[in-house]
Amino acid sequence: MNTRTTKRVLPGFRPSLAWTLGYLGLLVLVPLGATFLRASSLGWNEFWSAVWTERARAAYRVTFGASLVASLASVVLGLLVAWVLVRYPFPGRRLVDSLVDLPFALPTAVAGLVYSDLYVEKGWLGRFLVPLGIRGAYSWLAIVLVLVFIGVPFVVRTVQPVLAEIDADVEEAAACLGATRWQTFRHVLFPMLVPAAVTGFALAFARSLGEYGSVVFVSGNMPYKTEIAPVLIVSRLEEFQYAEATAIAVVLLALSFSMLLGINLLERWSRHE
Amino acid sequence: MSSAPAPRPLPARPARPKADGGARIAREDPAPVRWALTAAALLVIGVLIVVPVANVFWQAFRGGLAAYGRAIFGDADTLAAIRLTLTVAPIAVAVNTVFGLAAAWAIARFRFPGRTFLTSLIDLPFSVSPVVAGLSMMMLFGMQGYLGPWLRAHGWKIVFATPGIVIATAFVTLPFVARELIPTMEALGDEEEIAAVSLGASGWQTFRRVTLPNVKWGLLYGLILCNARAMGEFGAVYVVSGRITGQTDTIPLRVEKLFQEYRTAESFAVASLLTLLALVTLVLKVFLEERRRRELAEAARLDTEGEVAP
Repeated sequence: MNTRTTKRVLPGFRPSLAWTLGYLGLLVLVPLGATFLRASSLGWNEFWSAVWTERARAAYRVTFGASLVASLASVVLGLLVAWVLVRYPFPGRRLVDSLVDLPFALPTAVAGLVYSDLYVEKGWLGRFLVPLGIRGAYSWLAIVLVLVFIGVPFVVRTVQPVLAEIDADVEEAAACLGATRWQTFRHVLFPMLVPAAVTGFALAFARSLGEYGSVVFVSGNMPYKTEIAPVLIVSRLEEFQYAEATAIAVVLLALSFSMLLGINLLERWSRHE
Repeated sequence: MSSAPAPRPLPARPARPKADGGARIAREDPAPVRWALTAAALLVIGVLIVVPVANVFWQAFRGGLAAYGRAIFGDADTLAAIRLTLTVAPIAVAVNTVFGLAAAWAIARFRFPGRTFLTSLIDLPFSVSPVVAGLSMMMLFGMQGYLGPWLRAHGWKIVFATPGIVIATAFVTLPFVARELIPTMEALGDEEEIAAVSLGASGWQTFRRVTLPNVKWGLLYGLILCNARAMGEFGAVYVVSGRITGQTDTIPLRVEKLFQEYRTAESFAVASLLTLLALVTLVLKVFLEERRRRELAEAARLDTEGEVAP
């Protein structure tokens, strides 16, 4: 470990690194390791029968499907908001810009509580939507809605800086060559935004897969229909079915690790673009 | 450049401003497109964010100010939840601040093998589901966990008690301070600290007198984000707390319990406290972002000046 490539002028390397590794190890790695250890003590058959029950499969489907749809919607809405915030000056732009961060700061329980109230029959938005047959509370759609609330800021905040840095020359050149505005956007600007949009999508998707606090309020948590994987983990824990809960948690953890790896690679890719 | 009285090269000059004007036109969308997109974006933010926030306060105050006050101050269990959150969050924020400072010092000031890997490892809690984080605490400290029985035998109560809530909160909020401090300290560079050390300052003096004042706005920024998440954490705390009314319910858990008990108005009243916290956090964030930009710009200015004047 003593690879001293440069002379260390500043003191405190060893204690600060030791504290960092010790704290991270004890607080995060040891508990996660314990979870894996616990799941591995199950044996393959037991593990498989725990993670692949009909109810668990339905929960993965709901988690995955709702997260996918919500993150795709977040990309579309996030691109729109980022575009307007960067390109069109309008009164109150700074206020709107800071409001984009609200989902980061608002506790998920509050988001869930208020979303469950807005889209019911007598709610502020439900009174218009429910007569149209759109049920945005206690349904699959409700999960998507609240995940869009959580996902949009991720896309806006990854796309915005990239969009702001695009040189005017690029669009000028396109216009000089006779491209219409739409062609310029479609063939010049959009390809430049793709890496950032994909990163934003991945961040929103990763967050959606694990989201619990807001979904538990709005979805109604009906097994096989609107039950997401984290809710299933909690109900297994409440039934003292620790083995099954741990097994499903390991599936989610494996997913999170691969998302984390993917996001790191994506960020490297978008930096090289 | 244009101070020379010599005859100007005529053909090249007038073309320039026209090209600039052309660039502006090339970037400008037709007015109807602009208005339509702006309206659509405002509708998105309005429906997704503004309407929900307005709805929280409307529901909270619908029964009048007196009912609102009663919902918060007249309920012993709600007050206990507020007290618990105000105990847990500062501890979690404090330990993560110490961690953030140590991690930033190690990562931004030294080169060592595995440095990049360590930096991404710090972000790990962000990608773990809060429920899984809570469960992993149970697997370690719970009665079914590896350390639980031993802890119980020695009279330690972690899970279903305040220590477990603190640990779970610290887990999910671990990255906040570190991930603000590492880039800030990297951008600032280590020249001033090296100068302080070579002038005979001890490591601790250097850290307190040089590093801390330089990064204070970045540090505060990380702190308020960490605090907002610590006070609002739901999933991880839901799993480890056992949800004992009046004892292990934090404010977000209290919101959920009132909601489950069909005490909607009270639930919204308590939720309005957390919404207020989020709004205050946003205001502080805007303020600190400005300060932080200046902090970094100042560092960059001193840097280039140092290069110009030897």
